[in-house]
Amino acid sequence: MTALSRRRALALTGWLAVAAVAATVWLGLWVTPPDENMGDLVRLLYLHPPLAWVAFLAYGLSFLASVLYLWPRTRDLRLDRLAGASAEVGVVFTGLTLVTGSIWGRPTWGAWWTWDPLLTTTALLFVLYLGYLALRRVPGDPAGRARRSAIGALVAFVDVPIVYFSVDWWRSLHQAPSISLASRKMYVHGSMAWTLLLGFLAFTLLYAWLLGHRYRIARLAEREESSVLELALAERRDEAVEGAPAPVPADAVTGGGPGSPGVEMTPAGRSR
Amino acid sequence: MWRDAALVAGKDLRIELRSKVALNQVVPFAVVVVILFGLAIGQAAPPAGAASGGALANATVLRAAGAGLFWVAVLLSTVLAVQRSFAVESADGARDGLRLSGLDPAGIFLGKAGATAAELAALEVVLGLAAALVYGIHPAGLAMLAGAGALATVGLAAVGTLYGALSSGTRVRETLLPLLFFPVAAPVLLAATKAFDAAIAGTPAAGTTWLEVLAVFALAYVALGAVAFGPLLEDA
Repeated sequence: MTALSRRRALALTGWLAVAAVAATVWLGLWVTPPDENMGDLVRLLYLHPPLAWVAFLAYGLSFLASVLYLWPRTRDLRLDRLAGASAEVGVVFTGLTLVTGSIWGRPTWGAWWTWDPLLTTTALLFVLYLGYLALRRVPGDPAGRARRSAIGALVAFVDVPIVYFSVDWWRSLHQAPSISLASRKMYVHGSMAWTLLLGFLAFTLLYAWLLGHRYRIARLAEREESSVLELALAERRDEAVEGAPAPVPADAVTGGGPGSPGVEMTPAGRSR
Repeated sequence: MWRDAALVAGKDLRIELRSKVALNQVVPFAVVVVILFGLAIGQAAPPAGAASGGALANATVLRAAGAGLFWVAVLLSTVLAVQRSFAVESADGARDGLRLSGLDPAGIFLGKAGATAAELAALEVVLGLAAALVYGIHPAGLAMLAGAGALATVGLAAVGTLYGALSSGTRVRETLLPLLFFPVAAPVLLAATKAFDAAIAGTPAAGTTWLEVLAVFALAYVALGAVAFGPLLEDA
């Protein structure tokens, strides 16, 4: 795919995402009816589960790209960039999931936070991947950084099911949760089901769009990094060449004449 | 692989025997943490309805939370132990020496994790006695305590060594390692605490589920570490 068609595809995804999100907002806020039990709160249904789904999708893709990067036959820095971009978008969506869940939980359960397995796992996931992003930001040569990051992603991803099951057992074995996610179970039908489906589609498109841009920025940043390095090298070279007359003032102090050797060297250096 | 692991573990433990950094710094640190928890909870105001005054209420809280506090102290100490384990490798190009030694990377991982686990196990014994003493816990179900402690220690040492190697080459290792390590170690904290609670309450059977969690965690990260350590060691 050429650069131009790639940009066009990305722009198209962006417009589709914006349109789908707008349609979800319209359907979710005006067309669908309020829920029998939850009233208008049910409208968070079109936002919160799709956000959570995108977060898990993003981590899954990041994990997949990391594994492929570690596999010697498919080792490619583009995969590393993809893993990083996807994880970063995933962290944003995890944060939004936690915030919308909290807003939903306060009126329905009476608490901003409960130690429910899903909530606890999501919160730990958020911190786990913040750590992963911090690891990615550590300076170093690209290949080494990519390898470190890929292993970090593996370690983090393996932890997710263990965290989930241990927290699940913790809750189920030791105290009956006063607030359970069971209260979230509801019958979704008609226009609500369609809106929810559209919500999933809209946020997945939004994810694809953000991912594309984040990937593009990562590529540009890498290019800039290497060009800055080359620029700095060139500058140092020029400095070395132009810096040759530096001994002049020293010569002047010690009584050296104006015809110091440094001045003669400069044009020769430039001609190289 | 196992011979290499024994060599590396022997080297690390010999360094520890001679330098006594873990003994003189990490163990006292862990004991300080245990005492600090006691102070933090001891300062809490007694519940309004408590007839018998604050001292008893706080002692009750400490006894109930003792196992968890003990494991938080162990987690904090693990970070120090891991940092020490890789500080040993950073001086005089020891990391390059290790890389060029021709030892199996999986063996190096198992050796370093094994040495860290041995140090942690010794620390846990001392710390456990101290915590039982100051928190007023009467340990029971010693088999469960030992089993859960051993499995948790192996898991912590494995994931700690993996992340230690991951962050040791970088300039921000002191701040990066805790951020990476603590969220991953969360299930160990949870499972080990629950297993200890079950043992202390005199119902060791209730802790077997948690032993399974600890075993799965330990197995997963020992395996992952043995596989991933080769590529990690390639980094400068």
